[in-house]
Amino acid sequence: MLFTSLPFVLFVAILVLTYYAFVPHNERWGLLLIASLGFYFFADPRYLIFIFVTALTAFIIADITEDYNAKRKAYLKANKADMDADVKKKYKATTTRVTRLLLALSLIINLGILAYTKYINFFIENINAVRGGEPLSFVNVIIPMGISFYTFQTVSYSIDVARGTCKAQKNFWKFLLFVSFFPQLVQGPISRYEDLSKTLYDPKPFDFRNVSYGFIRILFGYFKKLVIADRLVIGLKTLTESPDEYKGAFVFVVMMFYAAQLYCDFTGGIDITIGIAQMLGITVKENFDLPYFSKNIKEYWNRWHITMGTWFTDYIFFPLSVSSRMLKLSKWSRNHLGNAIGKRVTVYISCFCVWLATGIWHGAAWHFVVWGLMNFVVIMASQELEPLYERFHGRFGLKTKGWYGAFEILRTFLLMSSLKLFDCYRDVGVTFRMFGSMFTTFNAGKLFGGELMNLGLSGGDYLVAGLAIVIVFLISLVKFLKGTDVREWLYDRYPLFVLSCVCLLLAVAVFGAYGAGFDASQFIYNQF
Amino acid sequence: METGAKKFTYKTLVMAVSTVLGVAVTVLALWFLQKLLVPKYQRGVVEGSMIEEYYDSNEPHEVLFLGDCEVYENISTVTLYENYGISSYIRGSAQQLTWQSYYLLEDTLRYETPKVVVFNVLALKYGEPQSESYNRMTLDGMRWSSSKWNAIDASMTDGESMIDYVFPFLRYHSRWDELTRTDFEHVLDKDRVTINGYYMRADVMPEAEFPSPMPLSDYTLPQSAMDYLMRMYELCRENDIELVLIKAPTLYPYWYEQWDAQVRQFSYDYNVPYINYIYLRDIMGLDMSTDTYDAGLHLNIYGAEKFADYIGRYLTNSFELTDYRQIPEVAQQWEDDIVFYDALRDAQLAELQQYGELRSWGANAIES
Repeated sequence: MLFTSLPFVLFVAILVLTYYAFVPHNERWGLLLIASLGFYFFADPRYLIFIFVTALTAFIIADITEDYNAKRKAYLKANKADMDADVKKKYKATTTRVTRLLLALSLIINLGILAYTKYINFFIENINAVRGGEPLSFVNVIIPMGISFYTFQTVSYSIDVARGTCKAQKNFWKFLLFVSFFPQLVQGPISRYEDLSKTLYDPKPFDFRNVSYGFIRILFGYFKKLVIADRLVIGLKTLTESPDEYKGAFVFVVMMFYAAQLYCDFTGGIDITIGIAQMLGITVKENFDLPYFSKNIKEYWNRWHITMGTWFTDYIFFPLSVSSRMLKLSKWSRNHLGNAIGKRVTVYISCFCVWLATGIWHGAAWHFVVWGLMNFVVIMASQELEPLYERFHGRFGLKTKGWYGAFEILRTFLLMSSLKLFDCYRDVGVTFRMFGSMFTTFNAGKLFGGELMNLGLSGGDYLVAGLAIVIVFLISLVKFLKGTDVREWLYDRYPLFVLSCVCLLLAVAVFGAYGAGFDASQFIYNQF
Repeated sequence: METGAKKFTYKTLVMAVSTVLGVAVTVLALWFLQKLLVPKYQRGVVEGSMIEEYYDSNEPHEVLFLGDCEVYENISTVTLYENYGISSYIRGSAQQLTWQSYYLLEDTLRYETPKVVVFNVLALKYGEPQSESYNRMTLDGMRWSSSKWNAIDASMTDGESMIDYVFPFLRYHSRWDELTRTDFEHVLDKDRVTINGYYMRADVMPEAEFPSPMPLSDYTLPQSAMDYLMRMYELCRENDIELVLIKAPTLYPYWYEQWDAQVRQFSYDYNVPYINYIYLRDIMGLDMSTDTYDAGLHLNIYGAEKFADYIGRYLTNSFELTDYRQIPEVAQQWEDDIVFYDALRDAQLAELQQYGELRSWGANAIES
């Protein structure tokens, strides 16, 4: 059941009606669980086995861990007077090891399933490439929908329970709902148990404003996805499937198309997800905060796919940075390389690991790995050059000039769009070649020789996509400049709110790239 | 407090009215957009208008023709009336498949019970759904009933879905950038394109030589098509309708002897008349140098009138049909049809005289 299909729309409509009209407040989570499992079942019944195993193992181990930690605390409290410091330390070390072993077991099982289903064939492919001779045969394995998202959710839950920063859920079915909550199953956001559980099991009661906000957000999501993203993807396919035909200036077109397409596809999907949750009285974390208005790449990654970024920070970067081995390395490097360089070593290693993992998480392919590492290089370079920038800005007073802010935004946008070329061409060599062709054979005249009309998009398509992008941009600009949420502004002028809903719905219905004649394009992040 | 309550009431009222208006405007707009965006089939390719025209015909129809272009282009319903008083209707459309003919018969029986159903057998060669565009031309024009539902269900090709038939808007929404003047002119009403299902062409293009028939690996007519023929036979029997099978006199697409033999066998087994008019072209006086408009694929008005005259004689002699020329209220309606028929023929002849070809009908009339 595609998010963009009519059955899904009907499914959500029936669910929302049933949810508020027939199900008592304290039993609504049960309906959501049935709906979520039903959604997953209709995608492929076999997926249920994977999600069930992941949820069950994480649930049981977290439960055992919490019980163990509670007993440990109780024991320490009860025997506080009888234990000297050494005994206490020894006891803590032993019990911490048990907790870590339990956590490791949970992570091995869940990350193991993710690694096996998603990366086994990538692994075999590379073994074959290195080894030569008789190639190992590929494994026929299904990749469950949204496995990266729900695995990361269970991993964060397991770690948080082990750390004692989150209370374990005692009802398995409630926990299963956290793992399988259908709106975010397809493409995130990656919710934390502490955040989502607040409203997932105890949703807000029916509130017309909330439901209206959710409704218009869903419409806006469909607008972005169907009117812009799925229209531009037609041109993108033509451009990237024959790279040698479309070099130079066309690579710039690819950059622009993909920047718009990916943004509208991903944020459109997130809008639908958050909109559905909001209609159900559930709060899901925001995943984007105007990323294309970022002034540097670091800020960009704080605004783009926020839940993924914070996940990697909280569960890879920080634990790695403060691990005993890293602390030892930090000490060693400071002593041997000097304070200035030495203190950077561990940060760089942790960052490298984060970006390597980010690249791999995005897909089992080398271009994702290179894309991740390129992000690492650019972030590190900009961090190292920061003092230079500061001096430069200070010398000319650039930070106070509005136009310089716009330049920084444009610069970051172009930089990030260049990095996204790896995802467009899906081949490292081709990406570098195409990127280079922008500087060697740009030839802008080619764009105006009618070739843009041969990409599978008509003049009308360009016009519609262009206008829709302008609308999305203006709404974002208002939020960026004034901090105003257009939805709220409209809701306070309710007839305008209704008019906006009608216009959005009709625009999606007529100009949406769906149905016969269009490929039913899944959300890009669905593959993760 | 009172002011607050009043404010609340006023605000609530505004919200309620806005919401109701919003829903109404959306529904109305979607309805209008659907009307605007669905193809009109008014110029060039008119086959998509044929099926729905039946519901506007108020005459009783004692003979119902079912089939594809071999009936709707080859038999003049006006000639049948003028020469024999037969009031007939052709429920045919482009590449109309056997099961579509069956469900159109079911559909027709909701409105009237003809005495004779004449089915052209060419479509028996198809056992599988063929093409969405032809499906649409036949099915979109049917009124909603279980027959339409079943016809769609039996006809859908890969990638088609029932929901797109229920809401044609979903299928045609992307036509927004190919709308023509005709789409705007015919949002709410359509012009008539046939005379009781007969599609007239008055131009002439002599029959050409057809390529040799390709040998087939299997000459068995598909079982699914034969099953629907059987269902058609049973439905006719249940309703005391005489079923007649015909093969129109046109030679292309080929009608293999092996296929002919299987239909003859069916005819023999179930005592259903079957006439292959390919063998009777000379007897009925067809001159394919003047009686076809597309090199022999279909008959023009001159050929259709000859074929209608010939088949009309058979129908009159074989079945007890009413001479509707003697029934004033029906005759009056047919007179209107004849006026339209004559006007259409004259308009086509005038255009032929002016340009040497038809420009308002057929391929030249397709709008881009």
